[in-house]
Amino acid sequence: MSNKEITKNMLTARFDVINPDSIDEYISHNGYTALKKAMSKTGEEIISEVKIAGLKGRGGAGFPTGLKMEAVSQADGSPKYIICNADEGEPGNFKDRYLMEKDPHQLIEGIIICAFAANINNGYIFIRGEYINAINIMEKALEQARVNGYLGDNILDSGFNFDMEVYSGAGSYVCGEEFALLVTIEGKQGRATYKPPFPTTVGLYNKPTQINNVETFCNIPHILNMGGKEFSKIGTDSSKGTKLVCLSGNIVNPGLYEVELGVSIRDIIEKLGKGVPNKRAIKMVQLGGASGPVIPENMLDIKLDSKEMSKLNLNYGSGAIIVMDDRIDVLDILKRIIEFFHHESCGKCTPCREGLTQMLILLDRFTDGIATNDDLAILEILMETMNQSSICGLGQAAPTATQKVLEYFREEFTNKINSTDSIVV
Amino acid sequence: MNMVNIKINNRDIKVAKGTSILNAAKEVGITIPNLCYHPDQEVKANCRVCVVEVEGARTLQASCATEVKEGMVIRTNTQKVRQSRKVVIELLLANHDMDCISCKKNNQCGLQEIAANIGVRESRFENVLVKQEIDTSSPSIERNPNKCIRCGRCIQMCNDVQGLAILDYVGRGGSVDVKPAFGMYLNSAACVACGQCSVVCPVAAITEKEDIEQVWEAINNPNKTVVVQTAPAVRVSLGEEFGLEPGKIVTGKLVASLRALGFDKIFDTDFTADLTIIEEGHELLQRLKEGGTLPLLTSCSPGWVNFIEQYYPELLPHLSSCKSPQQMFGALAKGYYAEKIGKKPKDIYSVSIMPCTAKKFEAKREEMSVDGENLDVDVVLTTRELAKMLRQAGIDFNKLPEEEYDAPFGLASGAGVIFGATGGVMEAALRTVYEVVTGKTLENLDFMAVRGLEGIKEAQVDLDGTIVKVAVAHSLSKARQVMELIKEGKADYSFIEIMCCPGGCIGGGGQPFGGTDELRIKRINAIYEADKGLPIRKSHENPAVNKLYEDFLIKPLGEKSHHLLHTTYMNRKK
Repeated sequence: MSNKEITKNMLTARFDVINPDSIDEYISHNGYTALKKAMSKTGEEIISEVKIAGLKGRGGAGFPTGLKMEAVSQADGSPKYIICNADEGEPGNFKDRYLMEKDPHQLIEGIIICAFAANINNGYIFIRGEYINAINIMEKALEQARVNGYLGDNILDSGFNFDMEVYSGAGSYVCGEEFALLVTIEGKQGRATYKPPFPTTVGLYNKPTQINNVETFCNIPHILNMGGKEFSKIGTDSSKGTKLVCLSGNIVNPGLYEVELGVSIRDIIEKLGKGVPNKRAIKMVQLGGASGPVIPENMLDIKLDSKEMSKLNLNYGSGAIIVMDDRIDVLDILKRIIEFFHHESCGKCTPCREGLTQMLILLDRFTDGIATNDDLAILEILMETMNQSSICGLGQAAPTATQKVLEYFREEFTNKINSTDSIVV
Repeated sequence: MNMVNIKINNRDIKVAKGTSILNAAKEVGITIPNLCYHPDQEVKANCRVCVVEVEGARTLQASCATEVKEGMVIRTNTQKVRQSRKVVIELLLANHDMDCISCKKNNQCGLQEIAANIGVRESRFENVLVKQEIDTSSPSIERNPNKCIRCGRCIQMCNDVQGLAILDYVGRGGSVDVKPAFGMYLNSAACVACGQCSVVCPVAAITEKEDIEQVWEAINNPNKTVVVQTAPAVRVSLGEEFGLEPGKIVTGKLVASLRALGFDKIFDTDFTADLTIIEEGHELLQRLKEGGTLPLLTSCSPGWVNFIEQYYPELLPHLSSCKSPQQMFGALAKGYYAEKIGKKPKDIYSVSIMPCTAKKFEAKREEMSVDGENLDVDVVLTTRELAKMLRQAGIDFNKLPEEEYDAPFGLASGAGVIFGATGGVMEAALRTVYEVVTGKTLENLDFMAVRGLEGIKEAQVDLDGTIVKVAVAHSLSKARQVMELIKEGKADYSFIEIMCCPGGCIGGGGQPFGGTDELRIKRINAIYEADKGLPIRKSHENPAVNKLYEDFLIKPLGEKSHHLLHTTYMNRKK
């Protein structure tokens, strides 16, 4: 199989073909045609197309986009808001940055279509503060869209009014969590809160709010253009469409690739990434980013398919694939991951705030060679509590990599236990 | 009502739609432990102690934040739930000073209670507490960050109810703290010392500044005549400290307990509350007659006085010049009673038992000294501190007899008693002002319009053809609304009562821990019950007050009053 057979350029088709600063080039490459199509339909018809397409959210959680659009359009409350989550703070991810920097109008068109479908008049693109280039490009693109009548009052003479602006975060990881993101726009501290209610009913300023990832919105114009049914033929039964994957780590050709869902991780690593430098063996691969699971080399044939992956309690998350070869110190990697979450935790709930501090202490005991069987037992209990009882995805997912290491590479821990003392915990 | 069917621990029950799992469980007799939840506050769901298993949910659910749904199957005591709760409590303890024995809230601490109930005796985690300085800068409250569990109850109280936002989360992750902005000391921040934060704190992170030892010393000093006054609100809350039903009136036992502690004379702040009504009532009439600054604002709540001095000093001319009943009492104790019993002011040690922490600040104001050397009120103890003293002395409160206050400051009217509830000062004033102005006897003494927990209340009275509009506000967020109305010229009232704390003094910052609206209503009902049961219910009919005017003060707003019973204020904007 050549690269061409694995990659499928849909969302990335215009990358490096058009000048992202030029709305004219976007328009001359089939741009804003989907919006025109959408505006000849009713909101329900658009949502129905998205449901038929089977698109699921690309931010990591994989919630069906059509259902979310429907929930917002049916929710009581006015005004409603639409927000693009471009916080992309998950280590190992850089797809949203490319989508914004290389083809900003594709994103804008997708958001406008969704806003039209649910009759929403105001929106934000929440871009992480570090993405200065993306912020500049998006702001420029929004202005061009305004000048050309795609944003503002009476868009394309449809009578529909919609505008949006860029909101730049200050670079806090937790602000990618949708509630933390929302309250930041409201001017409050970026801290998570409990759900339900979900933002679709109680969101920004307590109003119904549709929040989707950049990549999710970028799929919308393609669904409108080819029709939901045609779109649903791409990918697998349980995972429709393409996926942008961010390949990094010990890899010959790291970078961004767009693949049809259903390809195996091994194909992505070997055919697109050209394997590990110096043909070293792969120790493990982390999926989705720092909050994602790790898998050993012998599981690499697993496919980017939500049904297949969920059987193993895995998911492809936002699409990051981080390859680690046999030279890595697994516990060192885990410590770095937990240090990251410890730094980024908002500190609101007990399991995450206190648990991450304790995880670091316990991991240190293993690397310092003073860990006991009790330490391992309490570490596992702690991680289960964090996973089960934290208020948001940050604390729930922070132990995932460590838990998976204990599942697949338990000896990494047991080899370091330096004592036979055992008190039943 | 819309009901849903749910199953809790295999028991089928019907509960109202919208009920939280936490409250639904209560209905079947299951207490789910919790720390950050407070019935009067927005759900925070951050302590994660109250988690339960909900069938079909991926993770455990916080029962405070999860509403019941038709067909929901809930388990509150599975192994998974027990383990998670235990770990969460251990995590909190691992960032806590674990110093229960010397803790001010030993045996009154939510964390300690849950730890004991769920069987946590020590934490399996390494203690990571980074000891921080205890903020003792305020004369009223003390903030001990080494006890804080970051539940945010105090923050919501300070923000939402009082509208001050002195306390908030600072930092993030493992270094989150609850403190004033920029780590300021409480006395540098624009804190009004109301102590509401301490009432809702489940642990000992914020407590009253404790002044018990000084009182023991005075009681044991043979050269001191130790007099004590008790505020109206204390008699309807002290019983709670000893297991009595909230709202139980314990006036007689309160007096007996103070005598048992060794105080020489037991007086009633209600007496000076009556006196306040006479003085303030005449001040109002004078302002009405002479075109003085209106609306007149009451001045008996020291948290409120702190608020107007710090946040609305431009409106200080509206504030009544009357001292609070506590300070009127102090001034009389040292400026009248001392001489009457042949003592010097310095030989009198004056203690007050208050439902309030701001009273501690008020007593220390330097202008509150009739001889310019000794404070009129030497020490203020909160209701909670009095209960502590009684426990220290081994006094079995419930076995005490009912005793009477001492003369000459022991006799009070029902009007003095109702000072303890929001609207009470207004009602007491109206009872007197009406009769003084019209010369007629008031038929119905109960001004229902100014009673109850509504934030801002209005009423009007017909004083022989002159309609006087009045208003009542409690809690500082409501006070702020009223101040804005005055500034906009939209407050067409003659007289406004403002109380700093929600519910008035019965909901004060020095009252027993864990105050809720439910409790406040019970205490308020008790206050009005006490009023109803008294033979005299109007301040101007209090014979002891009238005798004081005859013997000493001569007349309201007179020279002696001016010297002893009135004060001035200052701009303390921060």
